[in-house]
Formats: sequence, C-alpha cells, structure tokens
Amino acid sequence: MNRTGPIAKTLQYLALAGYLIFLGFPLVWMLSTSFKPPREMVEIHPTLIPHNPTLDNYVEAFTEQELGRAALNSLQVSLSTAVLTVLVALPASYALARFKTRLGTAALGWVLLSQLFPFVLLVIPLFLILRQVDLVNTHVGLVLVYVVWALPFALWMLQGFVRNIPRELEEAAAVDGATRLQVLRRVVAPLLAPGVVATSLFAFISAWNEFFFALVLLKSPDLATLPVTLARFVGVEGIARLGPLAAGSLLATIPSLLFFAFLQRRLTSGSLAGAVKG
Amino acid sequence: MTTVAEAPPAARKPDYKARARSDRTTVYLLLLPALMPVLILSVVPLLRGIYLGFTDARAGRNVDTSFTGIENYRELMNDDLFWSAFRIGLVWSFAVTILQFVLALGLALLLNQPLRFRGFARVMALVPWAMPPVIVGIMWRLVYHPDAGLLNEVLYRGGAESLQHNWLGDFGTALPAVILVGVWSGMPQTTIVLLAGLQGVPRELHEAAAVDGATTWQRFRSVTVPSLMPVIVAITTLDFIWNFNSFGLVYVLTAGGPGGRTMLPMLFAYEEAFRYGNYGYAAALGNVMVVIIVALLAVYLRRRLREANV
Repeated sequence: MNRTGPIAKTLQYLALAGYLIFLGFPLVWMLSTSFKPPREMVEIHPTLIPHNPTLDNYVEAFTEQELGRAALNSLQVSLSTAVLTVLVALPASYALARFKTRLGTAALGWVLLSQLFPFVLLVIPLFLILRQVDLVNTHVGLVLVYVVWALPFALWMLQGFVRNIPRELEEAAAVDGATRLQVLRRVVAPLLAPGVVATSLFAFISAWNEFFFALVLLKSPDLATLPVTLARFVGVEGIARLGPLAAGSLLATIPSLLFFAFLQRRLTSGSLAGAVKG
Repeated sequence: MTTVAEAPPAARKPDYKARARSDRTTVYLLLLPALMPVLILSVVPLLRGIYLGFTDARAGRNVDTSFTGIENYRELMNDDLFWSAFRIGLVWSFAVTILQFVLALGLALLLNQPLRFRGFARVMALVPWAMPPVIVGIMWRLVYHPDAGLLNEVLYRGGAESLQHNWLGDFGTALPAVILVGVWSGMPQTTIVLLAGLQGVPRELHEAAAVDGATTWQRFRSVTVPSLMPVIVAITTLDFIWNFNSFGLVYVLTAGGPGGRTMLPMLFAYEEAFRYGNYGYAAALGNVMVVIIVALLAVYLRRRLREANV
C-alpha cells in the first residue's frame, strides 16, 4: 500500500483537493454572504470576496428582536434538555452497565430501535398526547420530547463510561466499609465526570439542532427555536435579508462546531460514528 | 455478582437469592426515571400512531374518531400524490445512499493513505456533520440562489452562462440539486464509519497478498472489500433508512416544491397532518413507511445472522 507511484500520489492529492473544494465552497460562500452589505446582494455578478465587507449583518442577527428571542429560546430549551437528560440517564446507565437484567436489555434495544422509526408516526400521537395535558406550544412539552429523543445515545454513551470504571475500585471501597451511596459519590461520580460532560453536550446539541418537533409542537413565533425562526426567514424574506440570514446561520452553527471539536478524536477513530445521527 | 439472577436455580445459595432480589429492586428503581418518559413519550405514541392509521382522526375532531380499518390504505393506494411522494422518496434515498457511499468509500480510502494534510482533512470531513440540517439547507439555498448564488456565478465565470438556472425552482433540476445537498451533508458519517472499518482490516492480509504479487486493485477487491462487507452493509442500510425518513433538509430547501417534485414521504405526511389536519391518513402513511423499514431491517439482520453462522 505504501508503494504508490508519483502519478498515483498526484491523483490522490487532486482527489483530496476536489473533496475539500466540494466541502468548503458552500461554507465559504455563506461566510462571504454574511459580510456583504445589502447593495452587494443584488449585484448581477456576486463576488466571493465582498467589496465593502461589513459587520452589520452580525449586529443585526444579534439585535434583531426575532432572532435574539429565538436564540434565547433555543438556549433555554437546550440547557433544560441537557440537564434533564443527564439526571434521568445517569442512574439508568449505571444500572445497565452493572446489572444484567432482561428489562435493561429490552430497554436498550427499544431505545436504539426507536431511532429508526419515521418521526411522522411519533409526532402526531405525541402532539395529541401533549395537547391532552396542555403542553403543546410550551417549552416544557418540547423539552420532554427532546429528553426522550436524546436518551438512546445518552444511555449508550454513559453506560460505556460506567463500564470503564473498574468494578474492583467499587468493591475495594465497599470492603473498606463505605456504604453504597458513599461508593457512588466518592468513587463513581468523579470518574464519571467526563462522561457526564460529553452526554450533556450531546443532549444540548441535539436539542439545539432539532427542527421537526419544534416546528410541529410550537405554534407561536414567540416560542420558536433558532432553526424554526431561521427556516421561516428563508421562506418569506426578500433578497436583502440574505446577509443577516447567513450571519445568523453561522452563529447558530458555533455550538455544534465546538461540540464536534470536543468529540473530534473519538469521532475520527470511529468509535461513536454509528451512533450520532445529525 | 451481577449475573446471579441468570445462574441456574440449583447453584444459588440462599443469601445470594436475597441479594439478587434486593439488587433487582435497585435496578428497577434506577431504570425507572429513564424508562417512564420513554414509555409515555415513545412506546405509547408509537402504538397510538399505529392505531391512528386505522382511524379517520382529523384535527379538531378528536372525540368521534372512529375505526375505519384499511380505509386509509385503500385511499393511499389510489392517491397519486402518495405514489409520487413514494417514488420520489425511493429515488432520493437510493441516489443519496449510493452516491454518498461511493464518494465516502473513495474518501475513506484516501484518508487511510499516508498523505500530507491527512489529519486536517479528517477533521474537515466532519464539518458538514456538525452543522444543523436547517443551516445546511439555508447555506445551499445561498449557493443555488438564482441571482446572488455561487453556482450560477461559477458557471458564468467558467463561460457556461447558458447553464445558469433557478436550480431549486426548476422542475428538472430540483430533485438532483436536493440530492447533492443530501450527499454533502451525509458523507462525513459514512466516511468515518468506513474509515474505522478500513483500520480494522488486518495489515497482514494485505502484505500477504502483496507478496503473492496481487495488484492494488486485486488487493482492494479480494482483501479490503470482503473484510469491509459487514460495515458496508450496516452503514448503507442505516443511511437508506435515515434518508427515507429525512425531513428538515428538504423542507428548508424546497418545502417539497416545485410542483411536488421534491415531495418526500415525510414532507407529504407533514402536510397531510399539520396543514390539512388529516391525522389518521398521515399516520397510515407512517405505518406504510414502518413496514418498508422493518422489511429492510429484516433483510439486513438476516444477512448479519447468516454471516455470524458461517
């Protein structure tokens, strides 16, 4: 495999360059659009590098009442999802990792399988159920849905972290006379901290990026999350609004990018690759 | 200590039994906070969704919903819009899955080579994956924009002005344009999975084949592909299912237009349910999609089982 000729090497670099262009150009274009003043948006021949770059679009994306509110809504919903998911997943994943029960296996299987079902089948009855308890068009209802939606991966990830804690450590502490609760607090909790961080970040991002449930479950624009608000912008606004739209979109991507940067090592090694569906 | 419950009864000692029982109570208590919401917001809705597909449930009329048996399915079979959405869904899923796979395999092979910038390229390859699907849709609308778009400008600069287009608004190009975006956004995941698979191919096999005088292509065909097969089957099956279920990306790009040319099954169901209020009908469509997916999974699992038996 290492004995590739110079021609093959050149072809390989060309292919790599081709891929990076395919990958990068849309991004660069969005970046460029985000710095263009409205006048350049209506030019017959747009340019890659703005003639008069401006930060107005970013200022507008930040201060525009609608986008600002949407960002706050997203933040609120995603933070609540992250906290609740960890609170619920933590005990369960400990049980799944340390005790083998049929219920646990069934739960894990179900939770993974449910990811393959089309959302339409879930969203209509979910909508009806949440309506019965008056939680449609509330952030509480949306957060509950997001927690359930983030649970499969959270359980999967956290129980992996628990398994990595040597059982002997727990047993040794127990022999030394620590109660079960003390073992959990003093031995398990500190070692589990990285797993908790990763899991809550994952839950945060999946809520931050989610679109379908937010679109269906939240009716009033005041409550809409960032993806819904941004999607509405493309639908109705004219060409002059492309700048703030691009700026807002880039800002909305930042949390996700940070998360993937954080997970990058594990993702490129492929250990998590099959589990995260964007 | 933990598998006591699984041990044959004869081997159990009395104190073990008591311990196992208390353990089991603990386990259930620990699992409960996670399983309750899953039960209420995932199992119940799913079952109810299946049931809804056999009723005439409509928005604003939840009291007198009545069981109508296969009526919805009969109607679906006669609904041109359903068949069109189904066909488009299949074209979309197959096209995206296959293109994505071919490109991702190429890229994975490339990223497995000792090239300069490999680390950088590997990290860059993750970027589309990190972007929220809605943002990917918005970004590509900027690329496809008929006036302010990148694609038309590139064509103009390249002297192919006659090819300029309203890509997403044109009957002929809308679906291909949307498929390209699907490939762009789905490639990273497939690439990474394949790359992980490639790294699991035993080096010795390659070396042995090379000693025997096999060419690169022969080694690829008789060493790489066979060892990668389980990974390939798994990721393409999953990709197909995910693509078949996709919604957000195309909703933002075209909302199913122009003239229904990109109306995927999920978009069709969404419209039926939340625009026209036909909950029962939309749920029936969901059921049909589940049957298709389960059938696919069955094929996939059978294959896996057969491999495991060999």
